[in-house]
Parts: sequence; structure tokens; C-alpha cells
Amino acid sequence: MASSVAFGVVAGALVLSALAVILSRNLVHAALAMAAHFSLTAALYVLLHAPLLAAVQLLVYAGAIMVLFLFAVMIVGERDVGRRESLAGQRVLAVLGLAVLGAVLVFAVVGGVPAAGPSADAPPVPAEFGSPAAVAGALFRRHVFPFEVVSVLLLVAMIGAVVLARSRPAEGAPAEPPPGEEGG
Amino acid sequence: MGVSAGHLLALAAVLFSIGLAGVLLRRQLILVLMSVELMLNAVNITLVTAARWLVDIDGHVYVFFSLSVAAAEVAVGLALVVTVFRALGRSDADDADTLYG
Repeated sequence: MASSVAFGVVAGALVLSALAVILSRNLVHAALAMAAHFSLTAALYVLLHAPLLAAVQLLVYAGAIMVLFLFAVMIVGERDVGRRESLAGQRVLAVLGLAVLGAVLVFAVVGGVPAAGPSADAPPVPAEFGSPAAVAGALFRRHVFPFEVVSVLLLVAMIGAVVLARSRPAEGAPAEPPPGEEGG
Repeated sequence: MGVSAGHLLALAAVLFSIGLAGVLLRRQLILVLMSVELMLNAVNITLVTAARWLVDIDGHVYVFFSLSVAAAEVAVGLALVVTVFRALGRSDADDADTLYG
């Protein structure tokens, strides 16, 4: 079945691009891998009958959020600072915790999904499922109050980002590291 | 054999774990934020999968909200990273240790 092949290809590419994000030494490479990851997620949404979400994913994640990340990389510089470990044993504990979490998640997904329900083949959907009209109908009728709350959240975040990132004249040259900073 | 919801939920679980690995194992603040984005994206995949198999459009609406929160988080988080970089000259999580005892 053609869609199974498409799902498999997209899933494998999603895992590979996610690994590339967390393993790359260069921040620009990580950002490019993340753009690929978000675009592949949009492809997955198309396969899952969510065309509007696929478009929004490309606009917001692969567009706006990636631009924000690249601006931050431009300011901070693309080098990755060392791999020293300041908390003793943190890396070992992290890997152990990840193994436990992975086992629990796989157990929950494999054992917890009832066979008669979501693990069966996908049910047929109406033709307009996931279209802008269908999503807007739910968004602006039942969920209109959370929608307004989210707009307030975005406004607060915007003001907060401006206040935080504004350069203060008293500090002198903003992008210049202070002298005498002790190295790790 | 077709793709079942279990496959997609397992994919989302794997992607979430990869993102968590990035948060726990990397020290560069921008990479930590990117890994948080990977985790949010994995949860969005879970929501879209649920919407598809339950034939319920509400899952798509929740993805919209999650996306808005992610955008707000990135804006504030990157502003914090830039502020840390201006104050310390580096943007490593271990560098912000002024209060470390």
C-alpha cells in the first residue's frame, strides 16, 4: 500500500533529522536539520488528513520559529562550547533515565492501546476533515475562549521578549563579553 | 499491512525521547531550546494522530494552541539566551553558575 511506504519514509527521515539536531556540533547544521524535521512533520500531517495544519506547520515552525533560531545563532555564534560536565554523573543518570522512559513509553504504546480501538486501520474520514472551514468551525465556536486567551499569551510573550532583548545603554557595547570572565 | 495508530504513537514517543535526550545531554542553550521544540512537535504528532483515528477535529484545534505556546516559548527563550550571552559572553547552561554554591 502506497501510503504505508510514504509513512515509513517520512517516519525514518523524521527520526534521522531529530538525531541530527541533537548530535550536530555546529548550531547552523542543527538549525537546518530542524527545518527539515519540521517540513517532514508537515508532510506527515498531509498524510494524516490535516492539510491546514501542514500549511500552518510550514509557516510557523519551518518559517517563523526557524528565523528566530537563526537570528539567535547569528548573535550568539555557531560554536558549541565544550563538553565538560559540571554535575558529576549527570550524563550517566540522563542516559539511564532516558532508557527507563523509552521502555515505559514503548510499553504504554504497545500494551496500552486497545486492539479494537486506535490500533485498527484508520477509519474513513469525511472529505472536509481537516480543511480550514472544519478547523475554524471548531476553533471559533467551542474553543473561542482559549483562542482569546492564547492571543493574550502571545502579546505578553512579545512584550517580554522585547523587554529582555532590548540593549541597555548603561551596559555599553551589548555583544561584547565582559573582561576578566573566568573560564570553566 | 497498513499503518496503525500504534505505529504513529511509537514514532511520536521516539521523537519525544530524542528531544529529551537533547535537553539532558547538550549544554548549549540554543540546542536545548531546539530539543524542547522537538518534544513539542512530537506531542503535536500524537494529537494529530488521535484526531485522525477518532475522527475528531478537536485534536487539530489543540495543535493550534500548542503551536502558539511554542512560538511564545521560543520568543521568550531566545531573548533569555541572548541576555545570558550579553551578560556572560557565552551561552552555555553551565556558565550561568553565579548562584552555584
